Amino acid sequence: MVEAGVPPGGAVPENANEHCPGPESESAGRADGCAGCPNQEICASQVAGPDPDLPLVAERLRNVRHRLLILSGKGGVGKSTFTSQLAFALASDEDTEVGVVDIDICGPSLPLIMGCADEEMHRSSNGWSPVYVRDNLSLVSIGFMLPSDEAAVIWRGPKKNGMIKQFLKDVDWAGSADGGRIDYLLVDTPPGTSDEHLSIVQLLKGTITGAVIVTTPQEVALQDVRKEIDFCRKAGVPILGVVENMSGFVCPSCHGESRIFYPTSGGARALCDELGLPLLGSIPLDPRIGRACDAGSSFLDTCADSPAAQAYADIIVQLRRLVEGQE
Amino acid sequence: MSHSDVGGRLASIKHVVLVLSGKGGVGKSSCTVQLALSLVSQGRRVGVLDIDLCGPSIPRMLGLEGRQIHQASAGWVPVYADPSKRLACMSIGFLLPGKDSSVVWRGPKKNAMIKLFLADVYWGDLDYLLIDTPPGTSDEHLAAVEYLQEWSPDGAVIVTTPQAVALSDVKKEISFCRTVGLPVLGLIENMSGFVCPHCAECTNVFSTGGGEGLAKHMDVPFLGRAPIDPGLVMLLEQEDKTLVPNANDPAAPKETTASIVETYQRCALSPLFADIARRLAQGVGADNGGRSHPPASTE
Repeated sequence: MVEAGVPPGGAVPENANEHCPGPESESAGRADGCAGCPNQEICASQVAGPDPDLPLVAERLRNVRHRLLILSGKGGVGKSTFTSQLAFALASDEDTEVGVVDIDICGPSLPLIMGCADEEMHRSSNGWSPVYVRDNLSLVSIGFMLPSDEAAVIWRGPKKNGMIKQFLKDVDWAGSADGGRIDYLLVDTPPGTSDEHLSIVQLLKGTITGAVIVTTPQEVALQDVRKEIDFCRKAGVPILGVVENMSGFVCPSCHGESRIFYPTSGGARALCDELGLPLLGSIPLDPRIGRACDAGSSFLDTCADSPAAQAYADIIVQLRRLVEGQE
Repeated sequence: MSHSDVGGRLASIKHVVLVLSGKGGVGKSSCTVQLALSLVSQGRRVGVLDIDLCGPSIPRMLGLEGRQIHQASAGWVPVYADPSKRLACMSIGFLLPGKDSSVVWRGPKKNAMIKLFLADVYWGDLDYLLIDTPPGTSDEHLAAVEYLQEWSPDGAVIVTTPQAVALSDVKKEISFCRTVGLPVLGLIENMSGFVCPHCAECTNVFSTGGGEGLAKHMDVPFLGRAPIDPGLVMLLEQEDKTLVPNANDPAAPKETTASIVETYQRCALSPLFADIARRLAQGVGADNGGRSHPPASTE
């Protein structure tokens, strides 16, 4: 027996031609040896120099001050919940313009969480109009374009990428042709390190203020989050800090505290120490957060005195300081 | 390599079941592991294939981190989670250089990897192959369904949590199954309530009943409802799976067992999942001995 070693999918495909330059090489799909290879079309379609739409995206977003990505390798840790609460909190200041882009194409949750699931996005000569949740808070999501909430978006990577590009290139933020000001553009992402993530990083090349990484305390989640951090480092996305969600649970009946997702490996604190990242805070699990999300209301407004709301508020203050301190 | 390579490799497997959910973090992997452990203790041979390439969780949950895949003349040999070799596992986690390394791949590379997993793993005789998937309705799901098409998999088990936000994604997953002609074998409502270890009061952390309501609404069988069990969370977390976890006092000395299959039998959730596994076995016609489903057709 021999060890299999490197994943074969990562190297030359089994059915490739003999002189395959490797699917990741510059000449992939275009080298002499590629002629007649069954993968030639896939390889050739992947890298083709700088995207001609990049200047259009940059032009459309030129008046956006801060661009934040909300990331996590793991699903269901509260990325969308955190994004929505951050958006509501930032928009509670009337002078701050907030835009939210939901690039979770297959599982868009933000329309429901932000209480505007029945709205639609309209198209005008200036592009798509986002849905306004409040006067100074707008949202773009594929959820607004689906015929019903049962409709599945069964798309492979390239179609998802095309949609994400449209969200950045064709959305008329702040309703005016000469580009309204957006103070915070929050991008909510799906779990993983794949098409959506690569696309958003490439489209916003070098202009991302930073990423907020959301995790839960257990090692099974942290191991996916480590991968996301590795992705950020490889892709050159600065990490603003880590938020630990669902950390501890206070029983509403006896007020005893327990750990539902036990931090066997030390939780987000140990991860941050190990990787040299700031821990922005820990948010306890509170059933009212889930209820607020299902109802589309702001948890920070409805339960302002709860420990979870205070943890949120504290994290948001730190984030603002980090982001606005960069100017 | 053609699709029939996949079929040839799967000829010695009686039932192929995908575990799906539109939503992430609802417990697809933990339900897959629990179904596998329940089926093994009911005397079946089970394989678990983890096609969540960007976030493989199965190796940690089965206590197989750091293990490696070997190549034999018959194909890749899976990693076994128990001494009697009744529970086989394959995941990209076994192929990565370190636990921090990310797999930053676009669709076509993920598809190629999934095809390799289906065509090149030497599973041997299995009663069940459970395929654990990432969230969504995209490349991985299409690849798995496409490569399995000729072999007509038995169907999919859908996992959800009870809150409305998760249900809306899960509805999309059920629509996906219907679009690609994959039978839905049933729905599991996971994380339905948490029993406080201090006062035994059950709190519906993520609401309750939503999954059962959805099953009725979408006309799919309801397989059962599982509460959050900190003991199970600890079992899936800890590195040594032979220790029986004590969630109330994690530091207390622990009893040991022979394998994860036995340890799981001591978990509060195991009787519940034994029932779910039996319902699943009925659903795939396991007692009639083999595949009873006609080839998948697109509606």
